[in-house]
Amino acid sequence: MHELSIAYSLVQNASEAAQQAGARKVNKVFLRLGQLSGVVKEALLFGYDIATKGTPLEGSELVIQTLPIVIYCASPQCQQEFTISGLQGFRCPKCNQPSNQIRQGRELEIEKLEIEVD
Amino acid sequence: MTTRYLEIRQGVLSKNDQLAATLRGRLQAAGLLTLNVVSSPGSGKTALLERMMGDMRKTGHPVAALVGDLQTDNDAKRLARSGAPVRQIVTDGMCHLEVEMITAHLNAWDLDLNTLEFFFIENVGNLVCPTWYDLGEDLRIVLLSVTEGEDKPLKYPSMFYSADVAIITKMDLAEACEFDRALAHENILSVRPGIRIFETSAKKGTGIAELIDFLVHTRAKKYVG
Repeated sequence: MHELSIAYSLVQNASEAAQQAGARKVNKVFLRLGQLSGVVKEALLFGYDIATKGTPLEGSELVIQTLPIVIYCASPQCQQEFTISGLQGFRCPKCNQPSNQIRQGRELEIEKLEIEVD
Repeated sequence: MTTRYLEIRQGVLSKNDQLAATLRGRLQAAGLLTLNVVSSPGSGKTALLERMMGDMRKTGHPVAALVGDLQTDNDAKRLARSGAPVRQIVTDGMCHLEVEMITAHLNAWDLDLNTLEFFFIENVGNLVCPTWYDLGEDLRIVLLSVTEGEDKPLKYPSMFYSADVAIITKMDLAEACEFDRALAHENILSVRPGIRIFETSAKKGTGIAELIDFLVHTRAKKYVG
C-alpha cells in the first residue's frame, strides 16, 4: 500500500501547477495510469481523498485513465506495436517472440487539470 | 470565473526522479556502482549481501551498504559483520525507500565515497511498493528464493520487469523444495526477456564468486571503458 505516498506526491505536484497557473479552484485532476505502474486504482482514489484534505485540491475529482501494455515486436515479419492483455508475459501476440520494448504501460503521469480561473 | 484545462504531462514521481538523477551523478562521480536490491520479505537479501560484502572486501573491492526496514536495526548489525560500513534506515512503517532517505542518510554519514567501489541499497522487503522509486542506482537486482515458488515473477510482473538482474537464492534448498529450475527461469524471462539470471546459496557460498565477478566487470566497463 504505497498509494498514499503516491497520492501525496500527486497532490503536491498538481497543487504547485495549479498555483502557478493562478487557479482559484481545481475541479478535476486527470491521471494516466499504466497497467505496469504497480498502483491500484481503488487504493489511489482512497488515498487521494486523504491527501487532498486541507489543500487547494480538496473536493476535486481524480479521473484515472488506465492504459494497457503496448509492446514493440522487432522481429522482421512484425516490426510493429501490439497491445497485450495480461501482465504475465511480454510476447508478441502474432509471432510469439519475447519483447523487452515496452512502449506503454509504465505511466504514472498527471495529464492535465481542470481549473477555475478569473 | 472561467473553466479551463491546464496541460501538465508530468510524472507523479518526477521529484523523486530528479533527486535520483542528482544522487546518481554524485555516486558515479565517485566511481561507484550502486545496486538497489529488492525482493519479498525473507528471500535472503541480507544473507546474500552479508556473504557478498565479506567476500568483496577480501578480494579488494571496498563496499558499503544502506539497509531499509520498517523496524529494527537487526539487518544493519548482520551486514556490519562483513566488516563493511553499514547504516540502517528505519522507515517506521513505510513500505518502500525513496531517494530522499538515501540522500539524507549519506549526508549524515561520515563515509568517503571515493574510497569505495560498490554501494548496496537493501530495499524494504516488498515486491510491489518499491517498484518505480528510483534510488539513484545503476542496477536493480531482484531476488527470488527457491522456497517462494516458481510463479512469483508472474504474480509480481512489474517488479521483475523493472529489474536488471535476477538472482535465484537459497539454491541449497532447491531439492528439498522440489524447485523447478527451468520453470523459474522461464517465468522470469517471460516478464523480463533477456534478463541475466544468477543462482546462489549464501549459506554454501555457491554462485557468489560468479556474481561478484559480474559486478566487478560491470563496474569496470562503466568506468574504465
